[in-house]
Amino acid sequence: MDLFEYQAKQLFQKFGVPVSLGEVATTPEEAKAIAERIGGVTVVKAQVKIGGRGKAGGVKVAKTPDEAQEHAAAILGMDIKGHTVHRVLVDPGADIKDEYYVSYLLDRSNRTFLAMASAEGGMEIEQLAVERPDALAKVPVDASKGVDIGKAREIVAEAKFGADVAEQVAEVLVKLWETFVGADATLVEVNPLVRTGAGDVVALDGKVTLDDNADFRQPENAEFEDKSAADPLEAKAKEKGLNYVKLEGEVGIIGNGAGLVMSTLDVVAYAGEKHGGVKPANFLDIGGGASAEVMANGLDIILNDPSVRSVFVNVFGGITACDAVANGIVGALTTLGDEANKPLVVRLDGNNVDEGRRILADYAHPLVTVVGTMDEAADKAAELAHAGA
Amino acid sequence: MAIFLDENSKIIVQGMTGGEGMKHTRRMLASGANVVGGVNARKAGTKVDFENATLPVFGSVGEAMAETGANVAVGFVPPAFTKDSVIEAIDAQIPLAVVITEGVAVHDTAAFWAYAQGKSTRIIGPNCPGIISPGKSNAGIIPADISGPGRIGLVSKSGTLTYQMMFELRDFGFSTAIGIGGDPIIGTTHIDALAAFEADPETEAIVMIGEIGGDAEERAAAYIQANVSKPVVGYVAGFTAPEGKTMGHAGAIVSGSSGTAQAKKEALEAAGVKVGKTPSETARLMREIVG
Repeated sequence: MDLFEYQAKQLFQKFGVPVSLGEVATTPEEAKAIAERIGGVTVVKAQVKIGGRGKAGGVKVAKTPDEAQEHAAAILGMDIKGHTVHRVLVDPGADIKDEYYVSYLLDRSNRTFLAMASAEGGMEIEQLAVERPDALAKVPVDASKGVDIGKAREIVAEAKFGADVAEQVAEVLVKLWETFVGADATLVEVNPLVRTGAGDVVALDGKVTLDDNADFRQPENAEFEDKSAADPLEAKAKEKGLNYVKLEGEVGIIGNGAGLVMSTLDVVAYAGEKHGGVKPANFLDIGGGASAEVMANGLDIILNDPSVRSVFVNVFGGITACDAVANGIVGALTTLGDEANKPLVVRLDGNNVDEGRRILADYAHPLVTVVGTMDEAADKAAELAHAGA
Repeated sequence: MAIFLDENSKIIVQGMTGGEGMKHTRRMLASGANVVGGVNARKAGTKVDFENATLPVFGSVGEAMAETGANVAVGFVPPAFTKDSVIEAIDAQIPLAVVITEGVAVHDTAAFWAYAQGKSTRIIGPNCPGIISPGKSNAGIIPADISGPGRIGLVSKSGTLTYQMMFELRDFGFSTAIGIGGDPIIGTTHIDALAAFEADPETEAIVMIGEIGGDAEERAAAYIQANVSKPVVGYVAGFTAPEGKTMGHAGAIVSGSSGTAQAKKEALEAAGVKVGKTPSETARLMREIVG
C-alpha cells in the first residue's frame, strides 16, 4: 500500500524523523483556517499517490491565508495523471538552504535492502540517476544487520555530504531505517530532505510503501487505507477475502492461482483482437484450494460488474477439485436466479475434471458453455462479449 | 538424477499438524514421497496417523534430522512464524528447505535469506508450490498425477502455470518441476534452476515460466545466453497487467516502466529463447524440440 505524503510524514514523525508537517484540508476554507493557525508563508500541496504533482500545478506557495484558500480551491478536484485531488496538505513554508535525497528500498535483484542518498536533492531521482549517477550513492544494507549510526555514516560518506551536515543526516538515516523496519515498509523516501537557514535537517516530503503481507503485525497500518478511493467492486472483493483487480474491459475473469489468472487475461486480450477488441474486465484469483463458496463469491462480484458482458471461468484443478468449482458455479447461479444474465464460458482441467464437467452438463444452465481448452474458451468468451455489446 | 530432489530425499514437514500441513503430507505420502516425520515443538513426541504411515512429530528440525536422516524440510508454518522456522532449518543445516507459506512479510524473507548466506541450506520459496521429481519424490503441493517422469525441466514463478504446463506436456514427462514462487524475494531463482538443469544429464530441454515484476527473467536471459547449451522455451504472464497494481503474487507488479512482460519476453528472445504467446503455444514450441 502506498501512503499519501501527509501519512508518510506522520509515520516519520512517529519514528523520530524530523519533519515539516502542517494539517490536511478537504475544503478551501479549511485550508485558510490551517494557514491562519500556522502563520506566515505556507505551502499548499495536492495529496495524490503519484509523482509529478509539482509540474502539474499541484504544489503552490501561499503568502497569506487568503492565498492558501485560493490555491486550495484551484488544487482540490484537480486531476493529476488520472488521480483526483481530494485533500491538500497545508505545510509551513520552509527556509531552504540545501536540498538532499535519502531513501531505503527493497532491492529485489540482490535480495536485500538498498540505501540511496544524494547531497544533490530537489530533482526527480530517476532523472538524477540517469544524468548524474555519480551524485547518487547506492549502498546495500544487510537485512540481518540493519542501519546503525556507523552504517549511516558510511552511507553519508559515500554520498559525499559536507562535513558540516554529515552527522545530522546520519542521525536522520538511523531514524528513517527504524521507520522502514518498524512499519514493515518496502520503500521510505525523503525528497527533499532539507537544511534550513537555522541549520535544522528536516523531511519536507515523504513517500512510503507498506508491505501488505505484514498487516498481521501492523494493525495500525490499516488506518492509512484510503477507503474512499477504492473501487466499490474491489472493496467488496476485499471484504470477501478475494484477490481482485478491476480492469477496463468486458470479459469477466475468474481463475485459480495468480500466474494462471494473469495468463488468462493475456489469452483473452489476444482472442479479443479478433472480436472487436474486447478485453479482460478484471483479475480475480480464487486461490489454489478454492471451495464452492469462494467460487460463488467470486461469480457474484463479477456478475455485478456492469461492464462485464461475458465471463470466463478458467480453472486448473491442482489442489482445487473441479467438482467443487462446478458446484460453486451451480450454487452461485441457483442463488442468483434471474440476476444471472451473462453468458459463462467454463474451462476445467485437472483434479476431478470428469466429475466437474458432469455436474455442469447435468445442470444444463442455458448461459453456461463448457469448452475443452483455455485458448478455445478465451475465444468463445471474447466472441460472446463482442456479441453482447 | 533430477535436480535438488530425488529418490534419496527424506522429507520432514514443518507445520505438519496444522490443516494445510496434514492435507499436503497426506498427498505427498499418497504420491510415494518418502515423508519421515513432522516438526512441532508443542507436539513433540506425539504421532500422526495417515492412510499408509504413522509419522512421528519431533521438537525441532535438528532432532528430526538426527532421528530420521531427513534431508528436506517442507514448511506449512503460518506467516507470523515462518522466519523462525526457516532459521531453525538453516541452523540444523538441512540441505533443502521448501517454504510453501504464502503471505510472508518481505522483511522476514530478507532476514532469513541474509541469514542463509554462507550456510549450507538451499531455500525454495516462500509462496511457492514446491518441487517434484516425478517418480522419485515430491516436496510441496504440486499434484503428482498430472505428469510422470521424463526429460523436460520446468522452473516457474507460478504454481498453477506449473500445473498447466505439466498438463500440456504430460505425454513427455519431467525430470524435475520446480515452483520458485512469486514473492519479491525468493531463495532459489530461475538462474539457480537453469544452472542445475544444465548440469543434469536427465534433463534434455527446459521450460522457464516468468511473470511481471522485478528483473529475474532479464537476468535469467543473460545467464542462458552465457551458460546454457540446452534448449530453453519461455513463457511470461502479465502482458495486460496495469502499472502499479499487484496481481495476486506480492512480487507481480509493474513499477513505472520496469518489470513489464514485454521487456522480459524481449530479453529472453534476444538470448535465443523461444517465447510462447500463450501456455499452449509454449508447449507446442517445446514439443517441437523434444517431440
